This record gives sequence, C-alpha cells and structure tokens, in this order.
Amino acid sequence: MVQHHIPDKFLMAYSAGVLSEAFSLAVASHVSLDDESRARLETFDAVGGAVLDTAPAATVSDDCLSATLALIGGKMPDARPAAPRPDGLFPTPLRDYIGGDLEAVKWRGVGMGVKQAILNTSDEASARLLYIPSGTAVPDHGHNGIELTLVLQGAYRDEGGEFHRGDIEVADESDEHTPIAFGPQDCICLAVTDAKLRFTSLLPRLAQPFLRI
Amino acid sequence: MSLDDMITISNGAWHTCRESSLTEDDRPDTQWVDCMARIRSAQDQTAFVALFRHFAPRVKGFLIKSGASDSLAEEVTQEVMATVWQKAHQYDETRASVATWIFTIARNRKIDLLRKLNRPEPEDMPWGPEPEPEQSEVLVIQQESARLTAALADLPEKQRLLVERAYFGDLSHSEIAAETGLPLGTIKSRIRLALEKLRHEMR
Repeated sequence: MVQHHIPDKFLMAYSAGVLSEAFSLAVASHVSLDDESRARLETFDAVGGAVLDTAPAATVSDDCLSATLALIGGKMPDARPAAPRPDGLFPTPLRDYIGGDLEAVKWRGVGMGVKQAILNTSDEASARLLYIPSGTAVPDHGHNGIELTLVLQGAYRDEGGEFHRGDIEVADESDEHTPIAFGPQDCICLAVTDAKLRFTSLLPRLAQPFLRI
Repeated sequence: MSLDDMITISNGAWHTCRESSLTEDDRPDTQWVDCMARIRSAQDQTAFVALFRHFAPRVKGFLIKSGASDSLAEEVTQEVMATVWQKAHQYDETRASVATWIFTIARNRKIDLLRKLNRPEPEDMPWGPEPEPEQSEVLVIQQESARLTAALADLPEKQRLLVERAYFGDLSHSEIAAETGLPLGTIKSRIRLALEKLRHEMR
C-alpha cells in the first residue's frame, strides 16, 4: 500500500503536459503503482476535459471531416487491448526507457556498493536509477532544484519517513536529508531532478564524493 | 461550412444517436458515451460524425490556444479524431467523460508535435475497461463531468483564465499551484471507486 503520494501540483502539471520528460517519467511510473495518485491524475484530466469543452470552438474546414474519414480508411477500431502488465520490477513507462527489466540496466558503480544508471531524457531535467545496498547511508546532502525519488524495490528511511515500493518523495532546496536503505532487499529508486547533475561520466569516478538522491 | 451549420448538423446527428439508444434512462449527459458505444459495437460512422461535429472544432480551438497555427491545428485535429475511432475500445466511460478522453489524446499529440518531447504514459489498467459497465456508474461520472464543466464556466474570470492557461500550456510547471477553485472531491472519489472495481475484478 503506497503511503507517500505525489502532490497535486505535479499531477496537474503532468495532466496539462508541461512537465519535463524526466519528471513525467517519475509521475507516470508512480501513477502506474499507486491508484490514489491515478485517481487524482484522472481528476485533473477531467479539468482538462472541461477546458476542452469550453474552449472557443475553431472553424473547421469543409474537407476536415472527409480527410479524417480517409485517415480511418474504413478500418475497424483496434481490438480491445490485452492485459498488458508484465511481471517484473519496473512499471511499463520505466521499462520503456531501460529497454527491459532489472537485467537490462547498465549500472555504474559509484562507491560503497552504490550504483547508478543515467536514463536518456531531454535536457530540462535528468533521471537516473539508483541502487543502494540495504544498510547503506547516502551521505548528508542538500539539493539544488527539485528532486523526486520513487522507490521500486526495497526501502529507505530519512527525515521524511519510510519509503517503500511505489512511494515517492519530493525534496527541494530547503531539505537536508540522509536516506538510509533498510530491509531484506537492496533499495532501487528512480531519482529525477531539474538541477544540473553535478557529476557526469566525463569526470573521474574519484571526483564523485557522494551521490545526490 | 459555418459553425452554425455544423451545430445544426451536430444536433441532427445527436438525435440519430439518441433515438437508437435502447435505454429509457437516456440523458443528454450520456449522448457522447452512446456514440462511443456505437463506434465500438457497430463501427457506426453516423455516431462518429456526430462526435466529430461537436469535438473537432473544440480540439482545433484547444490546439490553436496552445500555440499551433491554423493549418497545423487542423491537421492534428484530424489525427486526434482518427485516434478516437481507432482507440475507441480504450475509452472507459466509468472513469471519464468523452471530452476528458479526447482531451488526453489531443494533449498527447500536442506534446509529440508542438513540444517535440517524448511523454511517458502510465501503464494501462491490467484489464482495460469493462465491456458492459454498470449504467448508474457511467451516468454519475458523466454528470459529475458536466458539473465540473459548469463550475469552470462559473469561476471568477481571473481564476478561470488561470486554469485555462495551465491547460493551454501557458504556465510553467513551477507556476502551477493546483489550486483550481473547482470542486473536485466527488469526481475524484468516483474515479477512485471505478479504479478499485477494475483492480478487484482482475483478481
């Protein structure tokens, strides 16, 4: 049961289509795991529906309908979709970015058993997977910008509480927190931030003294 | 063709759609839902034309407000409306009005084409929409959606414009406060119930 849900403002921004790709990935992955957030997202979609319904209607040209019918081309509507849910750790939106489940992740070690994999998203924000062995603390750190952390496996705890699979934590510049992974499984998270990644793969690994979650 | 002509045709087509409906409890709230059902069950082009007459001008208006040129907006409107036909089986009338569903299609195309961004989508519910949902559940979500549209129209202008600008993409995500001033509690709990039911039935 997911305890930590994404705040409304991220859902509304996602519904309106103005979130960056990395943040959209975190929201879509979280919503895939949390029906409470899905219900709120679909509520914001309903606001979008109301906006569409009351939007000033534009004049549509005479051949617009016939062009649309030509696009349909006498084809039947697609068949009902089959049950899509694959077994595995990652929800579908995340799986699409990785090209598979856990076995497809290209981890890079960053010290103390911690690993990360940077995902390919547009420049406005960045996304990465983190692997934190149970019992490992990530050194105390502050934030630049906003960061969302979604737990996919295992759990961690910090000043904000305990976070398990499906839980999402929002941190901004004012937060200082010290996450510690705990429990029987190592912790795997998706972390996205709109701050510049301080360390890139171009820097020597020794120059990466800590990870920002 | 003028807009008035289209509204006339739209009303005509709407009656066609309604008259053939079998339920006695038919209400204007479900007219578009009925059209969707007929597209699914009978590939009914008349029903599609009725939807098109009503929604295509709104989709195009929405896209223009979102920054598309007239010609691009019209091209994308065609794609959006063709998707309505192709993906008709994905529409879940227990969770959304037809306007809401079409909005999500239009928004996604807008992000693809206007913002040229990849947009991750939540995975579908495992079993998709129920083939024959409870009509009372359908009705209540349609009525709540209509109420929401009315509430939006009734908002003080400044607040209404803020909501509209958010959905037209005029506000950055940090400018969005999610305080819409709209009564969203009921519709949210209805959607929550519908989701629970889908989860329950899949077990």
